[in-house]
Amino acid sequence: MKTPKIDRRSFVIGTAAVGAGLTLGLKIPFGTSVVRAQDGSPEINVWVVIRPDDTVVVRVARSEMGQGTLTGLAQMVAEELEADWTKVTTEYPTPGQSVARKRPWGNFSTGGSRGIRESNEYVRKGGATARLMLVQAAANAWGVPATECTAANSVITHKPTGRTTTYGKVAEAAAKLTPPAEVTLKDPKEWKIIGKPVKRLDTMTKVTGAQVYGFDLKLPGMLNAAIKECPVFGGKVKSFDADKVKGMPGVKHVVQVGDSAVAVVAETWWEAKKALDAMPITWDEGPNAKVSSATIADTLKEGLDAEQAFVRTNVGDAKGTFAGAAKKVEAVYAYPFQNHAPMEPMNATAKFTADKCEVWVPTQNGEAAFAATLAASGLPADKCEVYKIMVIGGGFGRRGAFHDYVTQAVRIAKQVPGTPVKLLWSREEDMVQGRYHPVMQAKMSGGLDASGNLVGLHMRLSGQSILSAVFPQNLQDGRDNATFQGVDPSGDFTLGYTVPNLLIDHAMRNTHVPPGFWRGVNINQNAIFLECFMDELALAAGQDALEFRRKLMSKHPKHLAVLNAVADRAGWGKPAPQGVHRGLAHMMAFGSYVAACAEVSVTGGDKVKVRRIICATDPGYAVNPAQIERQIAGSFVYGLSAVFMEECTVKNGAIEQTNFNTYDSMKIAQMPKVESIIMPSGGFWGGVGEPTICVAAPAVLNAMARATGKRIRTFPLKNHGYQMV
Amino acid sequence: MARLTINGKSLELKVDPSTPLLWAIREQAGLTGTKYGCGVAMCGACTVHMDGKAVRSCVLPVASAEGKQITTIEGLATGATLHKVQKAWVDYEVPQCGYCQSGMIMAVAALLKDKPKPTDADIDAGITNICRCGTFQQVREAIHAAAKA
Ligand code: FES
Ligand code: FES
Repeated sequence: MKTPKIDRRSFVIGTAAVGAGLTLGLKIPFGTSVVRAQDGSPEINVWVVIRPDDTVVVRVARSEMGQGTLTGLAQMVAEELEADWTKVTTEYPTPGQSVARKRPWGNFSTGGSRGIRESNEYVRKGGATARLMLVQAAANAWGVPATECTAANSVITHKPTGRTTTYGKVAEAAAKLTPPAEVTLKDPKEWKIIGKPVKRLDTMTKVTGAQVYGFDLKLPGMLNAAIKECPVFGGKVKSFDADKVKGMPGVKHVVQVGDSAVAVVAETWWEAKKALDAMPITWDEGPNAKVSSATIADTLKEGLDAEQAFVRTNVGDAKGTFAGAAKKVEAVYAYPFQNHAPMEPMNATAKFTADKCEVWVPTQNGEAAFAATLAASGLPADKCEVYKIMVIGGGFGRRGAFHDYVTQAVRIAKQVPGTPVKLLWSREEDMVQGRYHPVMQAKMSGGLDASGNLVGLHMRLSGQSILSAVFPQNLQDGRDNATFQGVDPSGDFTLGYTVPNLLIDHAMRNTHVPPGFWRGVNINQNAIFLECFMDELALAAGQDALEFRRKLMSKHPKHLAVLNAVADRAGWGKPAPQGVHRGLAHMMAFGSYVAACAEVSVTGGDKVKVRRIICATDPGYAVNPAQIERQIAGSFVYGLSAVFMEECTVKNGAIEQTNFNTYDSMKIAQMPKVESIIMPSGGFWGGVGEPTICVAAPAVLNAMARATGKRIRTFPLKNHGYQMV
Repeated sequence: MARLTINGKSLELKVDPSTPLLWAIREQAGLTGTKYGCGVAMCGACTVHMDGKAVRSCVLPVASAEGKQITTIEGLATGATLHKVQKAWVDYEVPQCGYCQSGMIMAVAALLKDKPKPTDADIDAGITNICRCGTFQQVREAIHAAAKA
């Protein structure tokens, strides 16, 4: 997900510090160049503010949506800073500050499991630089060389004399020093905070109800808005009868929002929603009003055998091997549209006046929200500001590349200038206005020789391209490389098998249903297609599923290591308890190697109990193992809910599912026991939030196939009568 | 108009009697710890206690709560002392995004009143809240810990 361009020409930058002060609300003291936080504490550098009471404020540019990034990034800075972890707190810089100061915090985007792995180096350097400045300031005060001083736990010690001082005491002086040009980062072996299961920094307010989410925001004089956009994507508002609801309790305004939505603005949201529901609206549904799931499936099906396709990998002659193969195996799989459905529905609050537009929003990408604010308000960057809500009620990709709710909130606020308006989507709106997991089919063809070796494999994908809809500039000669996540020839998503004749290609078949980045993105379906088919091939070859895979993995030792780890822990090859069946899957995704072994029993032919899943991950470095465990278990809930129960179907151009009664999600009764093996091998930085999601489904499906003797290839499983118990 | 007792305080709220209790709590009483997730009693994010029992406030008209004792997440702790469920939630670091957790905690607190030492089967039957972050493994551990506390 790339950051959209922000037009800097329209922004007048004075001296960096003064410009910053104006936009940031930072106070610039006379006589020095110290930049100050709102409470007046000195900024040592853009990452670190130290208060006189020794509190260390770590600035975090990425967003916290439950995945623990806030804590992880603070650990990185605190480690190099030699900070007392018990005194660490965090804050977000705003996107407006970022523009004013020429992006000193780098990318704000929080998606693709990149929050930590992409920024680890510069945030650690930020911490190290601040530490050197603090030590230098203490040395200056004592009139001793800095080399005689050490720092630990926010205390600086002059070794020869044993004198000590604290960060809070020297922060003012440190902030005036010129930062060192070069810093050396610690050897990972010396880490004391990174790699430890330190407690999250944001738990307490989440158990008392005190945490303020975007949904909960209150501003003086604020009104509330409820909105409906044309449920057929690409459709428009034809007419609406505002007079019918204008007299309803609390209703203040009825406004059209862009050309496709209508909103009611009222004193309370409930009043706004009641009026909106009562208001007659007619839509001009446009050219897509006849599209259905069946017509979309037909389009994709045609792509499975189409001549034209974007080729990602073509080694040897896969198709050529099939004719001479001892056995040819073929299978067609299909994966549906799915909604993110984070617990907190989309929302944004905006206030517009002629010379200022402010937005408060839970977002995975503050800069993209800022760009949406500029575009919708028509104001230049120095007249706009976005305040990221500290904690998001789930993101999963819906709140990263898309800020349609920000655009809407600003458009509404423009029609009631001077009044802050909080726009909340109902769950129904959230369900039908998603940016859906792309719909995809795959035709898998494999050729086995007489000894059951895989000699040729063709994976033909047919379906939606996210990039062509969202970031067309990132296509490569029309090809969407993200479609091939997990089956790439190299990089963060490398295929873990060496197949002598291999063809992987994609017939791009886009639909009017807008696709989006959905936790795990394209690894969800690719892992199912590949890893289920590997089991189908092993079965056809009469070989053990693990042994069959291992033969193809000698050039992929890290893939193999995680696969072996789960197989060993599960006792693969040894008999499972009565009625229990096992299944395996592995993949590399977002820079990490992941594998799962699921233990499943099926009773009554359709009741599926996922008893236990063992998961191994090698993310290179494990910043906070306790949080990694939670991301693994949580990703399995998201991924298994998807494969068992979630599908957004299309009728008359619109999504049919409107709430959790038709779009279900796992409950605690269905939760398997998840055992995590975290095995960081060092030397690289892999992601955590997403990679593991993709192995749960194929591991469970492979176990189910063993339990039932039936292979399911279209999803969700509820369509086949399977129920998760 | 509705007269409600929320967290021990008697409140006179200017609200249409058909308004769901959830929205009266959030918008009139100003207590936003109780969350909206679905509005159709499917997710449990809006769970509060009514006379000690867990209810999904998004489908209860405020009129039906008159004369009852309503407890929200803000009223669960006793002063500065967390309820044992909240305490276990902190100890086991249950919340991820946290959005579902007010409702989850309220549901669990009611369950423990009913069944002080719940079995896994009791938990499965009694806790049907949705958590899209998938915190169930920690939820179960924390329930057992709270039951021992
Ligand atoms: S909001 Fe009440 S159950 Fe979902
Ligand atoms: S913690 Fe995020 S939905 Fe439960």
